[in-house]
Amino acid sequence: MNMHSRPADPKKLIKGATGDWEVVIGMEIHAQVTSNSKLFSGSSTEFGGEPNSHVSLVDAAMPGMLPVINAECVKQAVRTGLGLKAQINNRSVFDRKNYFYPDLPQGYQISQYKSPIVGEGVVLVDTADGQIEVGIERLHLEQDAGKSIHDQHPTLSLVDLNRSGVALMEIVSKPDLRSSEEAKAYVTKLRTILRYLGTCDGDMEKGSLRADVNVSVRKPGDDFGTRCEIKNVNSIRFIGQAIETEARRQIGILEDGGRIDQETRLFDPNRGETRSMRSKEEAHDYRYFPDPDLLPLEFDDAFVAELKAHLPELPDEKKARFVADYGLSAYDADVLVAEKETAAYYEEVAKGRDAKAAANFVINELFGRLNKEGKDIGSSPVSAAQIGAIVDLIADGTISGKIAKDLFEIVFTEGGDPRVLVEERGMRQVTDTGAIEAAVDAIIAANPDKVAQVQAKPTMLGWFVGQVMKQTGGKANPQAVNDLLKGKLGI
Amino acid sequence: MTDLTRLSLTAAREGLAEGHFTATELTQAYLGAIETAGALNAYVLATPEKALAMAKASDARYAKGEAGPLDGLPLGVKDNYAVEGVRTTAGSNILKNFVPPYESTVTSRLWGDGAVLLGKLNQDEFAMGSSTESSAFGPTVNPWRRAGSTQPLVPGGSSGGSAAAVAAHLCAGAAGTDTGGSIRQPAAFTGTVGIKPTYGRCSRWGIVAYASSLDQAGPIARSVNDAALLLRSMAGHDPKDSTSVDRAVPDYEAAVGASVKGKRIGIPREYRVDGMSPEIVALWDKGADMLRSAGAEIVDISLPHTKYALPSYYIVALAEASSNLARYDGVRYGERVPGRDIVEMYEKTRASGFGAEVRRRIMIGTYVLSAGYYDAYYLKAQKVRTLIKRDFETVFADGIDAVLAPATPSPAFGIGEKSGADPVAMYLEDVFTVTLNMAGLPGIAVPAGRSAEGLPLGLQLIGRPFGEEALFSLGQVIEEAAGRFEVSDRWWE
Repeated sequence: MNMHSRPADPKKLIKGATGDWEVVIGMEIHAQVTSNSKLFSGSSTEFGGEPNSHVSLVDAAMPGMLPVINAECVKQAVRTGLGLKAQINNRSVFDRKNYFYPDLPQGYQISQYKSPIVGEGVVLVDTADGQIEVGIERLHLEQDAGKSIHDQHPTLSLVDLNRSGVALMEIVSKPDLRSSEEAKAYVTKLRTILRYLGTCDGDMEKGSLRADVNVSVRKPGDDFGTRCEIKNVNSIRFIGQAIETEARRQIGILEDGGRIDQETRLFDPNRGETRSMRSKEEAHDYRYFPDPDLLPLEFDDAFVAELKAHLPELPDEKKARFVADYGLSAYDADVLVAEKETAAYYEEVAKGRDAKAAANFVINELFGRLNKEGKDIGSSPVSAAQIGAIVDLIADGTISGKIAKDLFEIVFTEGGDPRVLVEERGMRQVTDTGAIEAAVDAIIAANPDKVAQVQAKPTMLGWFVGQVMKQTGGKANPQAVNDLLKGKLGI
Repeated sequence: MTDLTRLSLTAAREGLAEGHFTATELTQAYLGAIETAGALNAYVLATPEKALAMAKASDARYAKGEAGPLDGLPLGVKDNYAVEGVRTTAGSNILKNFVPPYESTVTSRLWGDGAVLLGKLNQDEFAMGSSTESSAFGPTVNPWRRAGSTQPLVPGGSSGGSAAAVAAHLCAGAAGTDTGGSIRQPAAFTGTVGIKPTYGRCSRWGIVAYASSLDQAGPIARSVNDAALLLRSMAGHDPKDSTSVDRAVPDYEAAVGASVKGKRIGIPREYRVDGMSPEIVALWDKGADMLRSAGAEIVDISLPHTKYALPSYYIVALAEASSNLARYDGVRYGERVPGRDIVEMYEKTRASGFGAEVRRRIMIGTYVLSAGYYDAYYLKAQKVRTLIKRDFETVFADGIDAVLAPATPSPAFGIGEKSGADPVAMYLEDVFTVTLNMAGLPGIAVPAGRSAEGLPLGLQLIGRPFGEEALFSLGQVIEEAAGRFEVSDRWWE
């Protein structure tokens, strides 16, 4: 284990009463596989159906029913493994994890224990303090459970099996994360990769992505401390909060001379605390053994090669290309590749245009405005073609950057062709020096005191520029105004 | 009318095709026989209305000249096969009112070929037993009795209802299942023919699971030829069972009567277990002589890991069973006994729904998979399983075509004789049969002689993977030499 491979970063340490503490985090992400049917049955995986409307005889574990592996789920797991630059195992085994629970119809979950479909890999994560490498331990396929509902009947709990048997990928990281910020950035990046691959929609609200977070603390340089597992955290914000809360709880115990019990805990965002889930009598013994209803899962290299050949460009590669080909900063490239759709949108805007100007407009104007409205790129009222037209109008000097913002606002709220709007609304900037000159002359004539001031202090020029722009309704070409003023004022 | 129940499947099929009698008449004959045989307790549920409706449909097909290979032939089905709309309990109280909304693949193949369902046949609960005494419906009684005795004997198990019904002519043939001998041992106890095909030959879909890596469907019939006819319909690939094998089903009937000249038959020395009755030793030698007379070559062979087969079988089978039976939890179907909370509900439901032997096997299976015991039991048993398979691979590679062994260590025993305090006495019944299940190989039990007290004794032939045809050819030789075994005293009527 690479327990000391990363030297403790002083910026990431947590101050305690007895000195600094380092938090060590590993994650198990449960990602619902994007597929039309379940892992071992033909039932629909659609979200939000009437309770128990997507349940086959197999999902309900009727006597004599048998699982049959869904090939598409296998492909999705392999694609994900390739996206995580991970070892793909051509032979893996499904095991039974045995325990009783009403939302687990078979009395066991079919999972992969000793031989997972995907082995070690790596995810590159950008943080404010630079890039870190997070090791992937493994990825395996398993069945989701159903849902127990406790608030619909005075004495009974009800069970909805719609989710029962839906395919999950459990993606286990190495304990390579050292702060809640890193953990959040890791999940964000993993989510981006999954969404690029189309193997998981990453929708945390619908439960398509859930995290079990393993947290321990230690004094810098020490061996790993005892960890606690915080189960089923379902938003990136909560992941951060849960880690902070749990790290402080552990530090408090250790500094009081206590000992951490290895256990499973739940994060309660309302109270801002983690609570033990342990109930005394249930130290589960899952009695894993290979599922005799299923043969080992085997495929050849050609199967993997075929999937690899059709992988989409992934965020890391796209970012590198944006930096190299478009000359963007790493930061801008990161912002643009966070979603496949925004990257595609940007590339459409940038096509045949100044790529940096396009990036600036997309990031600063469009993203800012979408954020304000709570919209994403898919529901943007402004098309890439419209943004492109605005960028073109700036580039050819038809409008100024300032007017461009007004024009964008009109296009965003009212729609329309920017080129037509510029004409209809008289937004074309004035480049006719005659008209500008008249305005300049009038301002100079009306303000002899300011003229004296600017000649003493040339930075006062800004006041004159402002006055001229005001007089011309903001449409004067700022460069022409500057040149004329400088000439006439002799500065 | 009762005469019709004496006919073999082929003779009955001919009679139907030639219009000597109708499927309805044939079915009525069997339904009548079933009605008089309550004392045998072979059926847990007769389905006369369904039977007559199916027979009527069969008659219509004969009239139109569209009859299938089993058309109009009335069969019984072991109660662990799901039959759509027909109560399916697997001999357990936990499923005592369970009516599946689906049809097992094997039975749907039978009905697809025109067969008629007479009803569901008794079995040990969840196929766990070798005497059919652990059924929630009470024991089935063997139609055979010792000479001069009225003591009720077991028909073997777990497919004891199937074997008894076939022997007593309460059906023309039956579908059973075999996890450790559950087709072959009852066939041997009742003078009938039973074959457990190669693992993967028949689909397990819709059959209530006992031990998934060992369970196989197979027929019990009154002759080798009848068994061949039934297996041809039952076998075949099923995409709904990942362990079923996609391989063409041969015409097994054509193999019946084929020459066995030059076939090399292995006699494994390790099967000569201590305390084996001289009667069984003599039967075994007689069987070897029958095959030799037909031109086969008899060769002494060694299967060195044989003695470990039984203990490892009872680890693997029970481990799988403990997990397979977890679904009977009272939540979705089957019987439920309420409790204060979910855990108490589980405990009460399973304590009252499962019988003693099933509970014992679940506990043993749970134990051998537990943390700290897994390596010593389950993992080791799986290694032994590999060695057992290798034993057979070695002799087959040396040119052996089939192995001849006794089917059981003794003839049928009395009801209650082995169901006492020591469960191991019953487990020892499987000593000659479990090895095949562990190795996934086909095996046929054929009646070959009688005990001193007049009870039928069976021999077992073990084949290469998918070597069922050779078993039918060799089985036919024994059947011809030993003759048929019919119960002469129909004491239950």
